[in-house]
Amino acid sequence: MKNGASTFAQGVDLSLYIISGISIFFLVAITAVMIYFVIRYNKKRNPKATNIEGNNTLEVLWTVIPTILVLVMFYYGWMGYKPMRNVPADAIPVKVYGQMWKFSFEYANGKLSDSLVVPVDKPVKLFLISKDVNHSFYIPAFRLKEDLIPGKNNFLWFEANKAGKYDVMCAEYCGQLHSAMLTSVNVVDVKAYEKWLSDSTSAANEHPGLTLMKKNACFSCHTQDGSKLVGPSFKGVFGRTELVDTDGSEHEIVVNEEYIKRSVKTPNADVVKGYMKGLMVPYDKILTDEQIDQIIEYLKTVK
Amino acid sequence: MTATTELNFFQAKKGLFSWIFSVDHKRIGLLYLYSILAFFLVGVSLGVLMRLELLNPGKDIMEAKMYNQVFTMHGVIMIFLFIIPSIPAVFGNFFLPIMLGTDDVAFPKLNLLSWWIYVVGALMVLSTLLFGDGPADTGWTFYAPYSVRTGTNVTMSVLAAFVLGFANILTGLNFIVTIHRLRTPGMTFFKMPLFAWALYATSWIQLLATPIIGITLLMIVAERVLGVGLFDPSIGGDPILYQHLFWIYSHPAVYIMALPAFGIISELIPTFTHRTIFGYKAIAFSSLAIAFVGYFVWGHHMFTAGMSGAARIVFSVMTFLVAIPTAIKVFNWVASLYKGSIDVQPPLLYALGFIFQFMVGGLSGLVLGALATDIHLHDTYFVVGHFHYVMFGGTGFAFFGALHYWYPKIWGRMYNKAVANVAFVILFIGFNLLYFPMLISGLMGMPRRYYDYLPEFHLPNMISTYGSWVLVTGLLLMIGNLIAGFYTSKEKIGRNPWGGITLEWQTLSPPPVQNFDKMPELPKGGPYDFENNF
Repeated sequence: MKNGASTFAQGVDLSLYIISGISIFFLVAITAVMIYFVIRYNKKRNPKATNIEGNNTLEVLWTVIPTILVLVMFYYGWMGYKPMRNVPADAIPVKVYGQMWKFSFEYANGKLSDSLVVPVDKPVKLFLISKDVNHSFYIPAFRLKEDLIPGKNNFLWFEANKAGKYDVMCAEYCGQLHSAMLTSVNVVDVKAYEKWLSDSTSAANEHPGLTLMKKNACFSCHTQDGSKLVGPSFKGVFGRTELVDTDGSEHEIVVNEEYIKRSVKTPNADVVKGYMKGLMVPYDKILTDEQIDQIIEYLKTVK
Repeated sequence: MTATTELNFFQAKKGLFSWIFSVDHKRIGLLYLYSILAFFLVGVSLGVLMRLELLNPGKDIMEAKMYNQVFTMHGVIMIFLFIIPSIPAVFGNFFLPIMLGTDDVAFPKLNLLSWWIYVVGALMVLSTLLFGDGPADTGWTFYAPYSVRTGTNVTMSVLAAFVLGFANILTGLNFIVTIHRLRTPGMTFFKMPLFAWALYATSWIQLLATPIIGITLLMIVAERVLGVGLFDPSIGGDPILYQHLFWIYSHPAVYIMALPAFGIISELIPTFTHRTIFGYKAIAFSSLAIAFVGYFVWGHHMFTAGMSGAARIVFSVMTFLVAIPTAIKVFNWVASLYKGSIDVQPPLLYALGFIFQFMVGGLSGLVLGALATDIHLHDTYFVVGHFHYVMFGGTGFAFFGALHYWYPKIWGRMYNKAVANVAFVILFIGFNLLYFPMLISGLMGMPRRYYDYLPEFHLPNMISTYGSWVLVTGLLLMIGNLIAGFYTSKEKIGRNPWGGITLEWQTLSPPPVQNFDKMPELPKGGPYDFENNF
């Protein structure tokens, strides 16, 4: 197990050591007794068995002792867990968006990012929002995870206590590229964090259509280099002739403004042959017509 | 005695139709055995393919989508076609009536119907390979809203699971009535073999919990086909509702899989120690306690899904409570070895292997039951390791133990015991090589259902894959040895080759159609009182 890097790690690791310590003791002891009995009372050594029906004292003992032990285990598990639900009032709020197959982050000042950057020794609260199916936000080094459920407002919080870069993985199965839904959390000192937060140069020179597409995780499924992922590639898509399936009947279609608009708003209407129906969410309530126009303008440039 | 009772149940009638339309519980048990073993081997092959893919990071042998379909198919086949029916449908069907001293289950025709329902359900599962986008890629849990949206054949898969549920309900109903109504005169509940007690507890869960999964799966179909908004929030549903409904059945279902195995172990130990079981009533009642408390722990599958803090605490306490009756069973089994006269035969080896592996499975379950540690380990390979230790290391090994134990009774022959011992050792080593590293990679933080993984998880995954090859070697040797025993066994097996005390050992091997050639006599003193009966 990696060293813990959040204030929760100590409580989690302590309950892990207590529970597995007790468990390993019983596993070894019972196995040893079992093997000893099999050798000691082998029929060669012990040709005549003794009938022992039972023993009430023993039955009571091995009911009461495990009861006490499991309640102790429960207690440590509970104590390690309790702080995870008590969010400090001054925690820095960050929105986490999950969608197939990408996490993205939005800070209070509107800054968008593909990875999480947080200051060391400061509480951070994550608001977990799924745009499509279930995901789970998992940081092994922080011993922390919570699911992103569409339509539900789950949250988690943490205080990272060691600077460094840690893996973030999706832990709830979410389809084809579930195992590629990875990002990282970068724990830096407060100064570096503030500098990073106020820096907005990265998005300035970008095509607004490209920014929109990044934000909506279009590139998780559609590449820009012609390779095949979950959906058709964007390379040279505008003006291309595609064979599409409309309610079971196949016909050819030329990709133009109208087709792109329809495919963004109602993805299942005309599905390009060789790709699966139902995987893309309809964007008619997410993107405005102007935004879709910006995306189309950008797509015209992907050659 | 008339001439027909001297023919055993194999000889009484010939031909395919005399089998597939037989209402004899022994033949139905064997029909189940052959079909379940066939699907078990399919499930094993899919598991081996998964392990091959996970040998190295990145792509080894298949694409991500296919991997997702393979692990879903592996889960669906192993859960619905192998482990849920396994012990009750095979050994329960064959031996429960004989152990109770009667000639059949209460409803022989329903029994045949349940096997046919199983066959139809199994064909429906296989049919998903043939059309559309192929088998479901949702995992066997069919979590919404992904299961509502994906283009793969989820509808057919969940309908198959729905149909298969009826086979379980009918078997459960049949066993409950059989146990209540058909015990031989003088056999009170507390003179029943413990296998019957375990099946009794199991049957109640099958009867009461299975309808919930049935209706839940139909709700998915309604949502996919008719667009009724039940679980998908984009059409007004709630994904958490699905998880509750699914686990209200699927957690008790874990005990449908485990309790019959406990029953098997409680039969194997007295026979091979040649002494009475320690704490008969404690073992019998702990089965009922597990079945009962097992209904109230489903929430631990949802500790990270956003339940309220209070709900998480309640479900954690309940989860720890269900560990207690399980611990009581283990202590009583081990105490039953004390001052026995232990005959180390292949079935007993499987029982001992069961106890060890089941303890690893159960104790790793405590780590998952505690809130703090579960938050870290939920949905990681630790969970995968944990349930394979319980299901395969536990129930699977008990199934193999039962197969070796009752083999001479069913077929009237004997396998090569030395080869059986070697096969057990290879299986045991392979099993632990395969699944123990999963507990480690889980602790390191590797999520489950991952087609690809970070390089830091390479070593445990590599060991697991090597372990899968050892395990398969052991399995093939075990099955080959059992088949070879049927053709080469020269030894005439008498009625009671192991010195067992339950009623099935009083009849011929194989048993006659009516089960007994003479009225069975209850053991004097108690169901496992070896002292007064041998």
